[in-house]
Amino acid sequence: MEKNKKLMLGNEAIARGLYEAGCRLVSSYPGTPSTEISECAAKYDEIYAEWAPNEKVALETALGAAIAGGRSFCAMKHVGLNVAADPLFITGYTGINAGMVITVADDPGMHSSQNEQDSRHYAMAAKLPMLEPCDSGEALAFTKLAYDLSEQYDTPFIIRMTTRVAHSQSLVPLSDRQEREIKPYEKNPQKYVMMPAYARPKHKVCEDRLDSLRVLAERTDAGINRIEYNSPKTGIIASGVNYDYAKEAFGLDASYLKLGMVFPLPEKLIFEFASKVDRLIIVEDLDPIIETHVKALGIKCDGKNLLPITGEFSHTMLLELLRGKKTEKLSMDEALPGRPPVMCPGCPHRGLFYTLKKMKLTVMGDIGCYTLGAAPPLSAMDTTLCMGASISSIHGFTKIRPDDAKKTVAVIGDSTFMHSGITGLVNITYNKGISTVLILDNSITGMTGHQQNPCTGFTLKNEPVRGILPEKIAEAAGVDPEHIKIADPGDPAALEKIIAAELSCDCPSVVIVRRPCALLKCVKKDSFCLIDTDKCKKCRACMNIGCPCISIGADGRPVIDNSLCTGCGLCEKMCRFGAIKTIKR
Amino acid sequence: MTKNIMIVGVGGQGSLLASRIVGNAAIEAGYDVKVSEVHGMSQRGGSVVTYVRYGDKVESPVIGEGEADIILSFELLESARFLPFLRKGGKIITNTQKINPMPVVTGQASYPEELAEKIRQKGVNIIETDALALAAKAGSEKAVNVVLIGCMARDCDFTKEQLLAATRACVPAKLAEINLAAFELGYNA
Ligand code: SF4
Ligand code: SF4
Repeated sequence: MEKNKKLMLGNEAIARGLYEAGCRLVSSYPGTPSTEISECAAKYDEIYAEWAPNEKVALETALGAAIAGGRSFCAMKHVGLNVAADPLFITGYTGINAGMVITVADDPGMHSSQNEQDSRHYAMAAKLPMLEPCDSGEALAFTKLAYDLSEQYDTPFIIRMTTRVAHSQSLVPLSDRQEREIKPYEKNPQKYVMMPAYARPKHKVCEDRLDSLRVLAERTDAGINRIEYNSPKTGIIASGVNYDYAKEAFGLDASYLKLGMVFPLPEKLIFEFASKVDRLIIVEDLDPIIETHVKALGIKCDGKNLLPITGEFSHTMLLELLRGKKTEKLSMDEALPGRPPVMCPGCPHRGLFYTLKKMKLTVMGDIGCYTLGAAPPLSAMDTTLCMGASISSIHGFTKIRPDDAKKTVAVIGDSTFMHSGITGLVNITYNKGISTVLILDNSITGMTGHQQNPCTGFTLKNEPVRGILPEKIAEAAGVDPEHIKIADPGDPAALEKIIAAELSCDCPSVVIVRRPCALLKCVKKDSFCLIDTDKCKKCRACMNIGCPCISIGADGRPVIDNSLCTGCGLCEKMCRFGAIKTIKR
Repeated sequence: MTKNIMIVGVGGQGSLLASRIVGNAAIEAGYDVKVSEVHGMSQRGGSVVTYVRYGDKVESPVIGEGEADIILSFELLESARFLPFLRKGGKIITNTQKINPMPVVTGQASYPEELAEKIRQKGVNIIETDALALAAKAGSEKAVNVVLIGCMARDCDFTKEQLLAATRACVPAKLAEINLAAFELGYNA
């Protein structure tokens, strides 16, 4: 039966599920905590896997593949689903041909996200069924199940992950891949062309499908939802990792309705379960979606009256809030300094943010490593909203405050520019904007852990391709080539001149601030910097760049930790007294 | 029975690999196991924590306050930060290395003094090792994680052989020699 068991991340297990289910195509955009699914899937030769420039493109690609007759897949983080919402809402109408699965990874607790949204709303709004596994084993099983059901019900299935499931490892039984023939494709405009005449009957199809899925959800033999009767005192309804937390906190002192399908919900099962327990508690993080449904059925239950609507849950939290059990704990008597993440030693963005701060500019930021430039001591960022918003919002900002245009810039990374910066730039040139846009080209997608993108010259499968130059796109988008400049953040003085010149003109400009991410292997780290104690005047100018290698020594003089220093030489340029020199290792 | 090992450190110190090694040792030892990691910000010098839970059947993937049997710490300040997670009678195995966080680097805060001693005074069994020096001796400062696993191998639910086998399985083949040397140095420290 079981070939072997392996310790796997939830994300790895989904990728394994894709492999075993005979999936042929994966198209995704990286986003923590969903990124590893596509990276792991790319390792299987049988699966064609790619990074798309954004989630909308990825989802449409997957849909095209499914219509063509091959099982397909698409992964994204919760905010990525906002980008893909447009095609998402149509997929329920058209249906698929071969199976299609979408994984969306929510991030309760915001470990690495700008908000805490609950993707279950999307499943309901788009009328698509949604499964939620509780650990890696289920992640694999549900992926395979979702493909079969997807074909049976002619709809994409969404698998909802959360950070704790995506990034936890548990034991997973492995099986072989089941190769599937590509299904025949037949022209069928009534099914795939969503113009009003064809779309109208499809809404009904969607609703009827949900009705049959409701019937499926009631079946406890389908491997999706199940009831575990233990003590009748407390009944807990939970899905995903919250089921594990509840089990840990209550054990046999409670009965459980474990929901593998979070949309549509099994009403009969809920009635039956509720009737057998004295007290019903809904344990769900983020929004009260199950709770609202249960209450609408006229069933009394506890939920958000006891448990928070924000943040991540844990079994200790349930123990405390639901069972009144506090654990004894030790603590330090003094406050400890925090340890926020910082830009790496030698990070190319450091020189840029130092310059922006020095120039006292207003900076419309975006999503990426450079978001860390908002933290002290660089503190050089005014806004961070969502992917691509820096370029679109600087346009609005400078339209309202034209006088401020000369001291406002937008910063955006190369990958984010490809994702959703291009359209913003087109908007600026088309609508006679005058904004200055800085594209921070570090030759990789840094934030999510080094993924390739259209600018880097490599695919997800690491095949070389012709990299796209952002400067060429800027030109094609209508920026005057005279005002497209390339600058090096490693040379702040020259960079400052270029930015100042571009800010002074009344036309759109783009400055490509180019230097590879310090973590890339191709970046030489064969030297380090040293402070000459005789020359150092303790002016602390080198501290202004926020390099984690430089700190104040016992004598009040800065010292450089040469085990971390990459020898980028930025601090050397800060010192007016020539007290810092770069030395070969 | 569920046992809890918490691995704490600073982004870039290799705690993800360490949690994989301990998780695989738990499989070798025949337990059910869950490992929970932090991704995303983990490479950029932030505080990083991973949980390894093992036993007959593990439900929750996380470790709550007052629950850790062992805290394996890669940095002194992090040992202090995660002290509330230690259970009564639990043990901290810590690297003596100090890495200044940004508020200390910029002079807004200072690195607390005598942290190990203060923890010991609370009645905690804290074992200190200069893992950075031992890792350097083994051939790479990056092997701090394996040095500490070697230290832990002296007294935990896993045998030295189980942890060694897991280490061999998890580190890249070309670095195996350095890592096995690091393990031994930690074990004998
Ligand atoms: S990963 Fe690269 S771009 Fe990101 S902070 Fe580190 S050096 Fe900078
Ligand atoms: S100490 Fe200076 S040269 Fe070394 S990494 Fe930091 S900024 Fe670059």
